[in-house]
Amino acid sequence: MQKIQNNRAWWLVLPVFLLVAFSALIPLMTVVNYSVQDIFGPGQAFFVGTEWFKEVLGDERLQDSLIRQFMFSGAVLLIQIPLGIGVALMMPKSGIKGSLCLILIAIPLLIPWNVVGTIWQVFARGDIGLFGWGLNELGFDYNYTGDTVDAWLTVLLMDVWHWTPLVALLCYSGLRAIPEAFYQAAEIDRASQWAVFRYIQLPRLKSVLIIAVLLRFMDSFMIYTEPFVLTGGGPGSSTTFLSQTLTTMAIGQFDLGRASAFSLIYFLIVLLISWLFFTAITQDDKEK
Amino acid sequence: MKQSRSKNVGITFFIALLLTPVYWLLNMSFKTNQEILGSLTLFPQTFTLDNYAVIFSDPSWYNGYLNSMTYVAMNVVITLLVALPAAYAFSRYKFLGDKHLFFWLLSNRMAPPAVFLLPFFQLYSSIGLFDTHIAVALAHCLFTVPLAVWILEGFMKGVPREYDEMAFIDGYSFPRFFITVFLPMIRSGIGVTAFFTFMFSWVELLLARTLTSVDAQPIGAIMTRTIGASGIDWGVLSAAGVLTIIPGILVIWFVRNHVAKGFALGRV
Repeated sequence: MQKIQNNRAWWLVLPVFLLVAFSALIPLMTVVNYSVQDIFGPGQAFFVGTEWFKEVLGDERLQDSLIRQFMFSGAVLLIQIPLGIGVALMMPKSGIKGSLCLILIAIPLLIPWNVVGTIWQVFARGDIGLFGWGLNELGFDYNYTGDTVDAWLTVLLMDVWHWTPLVALLCYSGLRAIPEAFYQAAEIDRASQWAVFRYIQLPRLKSVLIIAVLLRFMDSFMIYTEPFVLTGGGPGSSTTFLSQTLTTMAIGQFDLGRASAFSLIYFLIVLLISWLFFTAITQDDKEK
Repeated sequence: MKQSRSKNVGITFFIALLLTPVYWLLNMSFKTNQEILGSLTLFPQTFTLDNYAVIFSDPSWYNGYLNSMTYVAMNVVITLLVALPAAYAFSRYKFLGDKHLFFWLLSNRMAPPAVFLLPFFQLYSSIGLFDTHIAVALAHCLFTVPLAVWILEGFMKGVPREYDEMAFIDGYSFPRFFITVFLPMIRSGIGVTAFFTFMFSWVELLLARTLTSVDAQPIGAIMTRTIGASGIDWGVLSAAGVLTIIPGILVIWFVRNHVAKGFALGRV
């Protein structure tokens, strides 16, 4: 649709702008403020410039949790995107069965995040949880509160359980938008299942997949509540992701300057990766 | 036909796996604590509703649900009120800085909430809104409003501009056109947006917990109380968990026919 140039449209956007600016800019500026000061108490703040930034860049604890974070987000994307596409392809196209599938698959998305943590905390326990008990009965030595690898895998499994439905439903709605004529043409050409997927469905899913990858990257990168409830970051610090390290630093140890400085770096990393990803894809579109 | 059957088996298997943890929670909520801790049973042997009775008879429990529902409802109303005109502007007009504004709105979703907790707490305390429902509703607008604008814009783009022009020729004023002609045309979009707004506000706990202490405490924060001196009261905890899932299922049921389009988030 051709859009009309009209700057008076700003009046319609103004309420949104003011509301979001209130909740976004003031806290952001507060964080910026903390990041350049050393605060000893009320009214006792000293300007320290970029000192905190220099310090946090060499902080090993933060570097470790940043690496853990990247590994986790990478694993999340590698598992959830293909699995989500697969599930979307299997979902019934319409009718009551389609609606029913949609609602059942959406259930994990509707559960408050701390309850998700609670569900898995119970489900994965060796004594009272079906999953943990089942694995132990099958002869696996599984214990998510004691073993580093088990804890990490449990958090990953929980995230797959929690968020694959979002990818699946995004892809499902993308698939529904493909006109029936495309499939009929493919049938006349006797295209194989794989060819239909590769040359009709996948290209048409591109726009929803961009959203899915972006959302999953952003959200997994700032995961906090679920692993906090499930493992509390342990054993050791094996499942302590970036948000949790920063929260402990800011609220637990009241180390505001350092936490704020790294928060800003963290925010910039997310922005930068999202932006790179976004431009890479739109660039790709232009070349075609 | 064979292909279709294997698909059905696949999807049934996936849904079964997806629902097992939820079933386990439901199963536990009907058991006594002795049974939960005593032996592992696939069905409640001594079926009991006591865990639910605890929640429905204790104001400090059920107030948590009322608090959560209050701020979520407020959030949905505020979000729709501000997002509808903005989405209309984005879908119909080009204006100075429109693209930048849109990206800025979305970038708020990328800010890790965990690190903004303290500034949020200070901001809402200093304007005297700490521990009120409206504080949580306003804070949640940070991520629900951008999403709502995004989804609504997609739905609005589907309405040809000729409708707008015709209404203006017929002498409709903008507010009258918007409310009596335009909004009814995109009502399924509004329903879907309300659902997504509800969903993201309902599942968020971190901000909600930070901005409240007693009067507006969400159910998620109250659930941590079950960890008492005598260990965790698993039965009541499970019942409380089950009850947090129900509102979401009710809401998605109402928009089930349109929600697939909403999941495309306006970009297909």
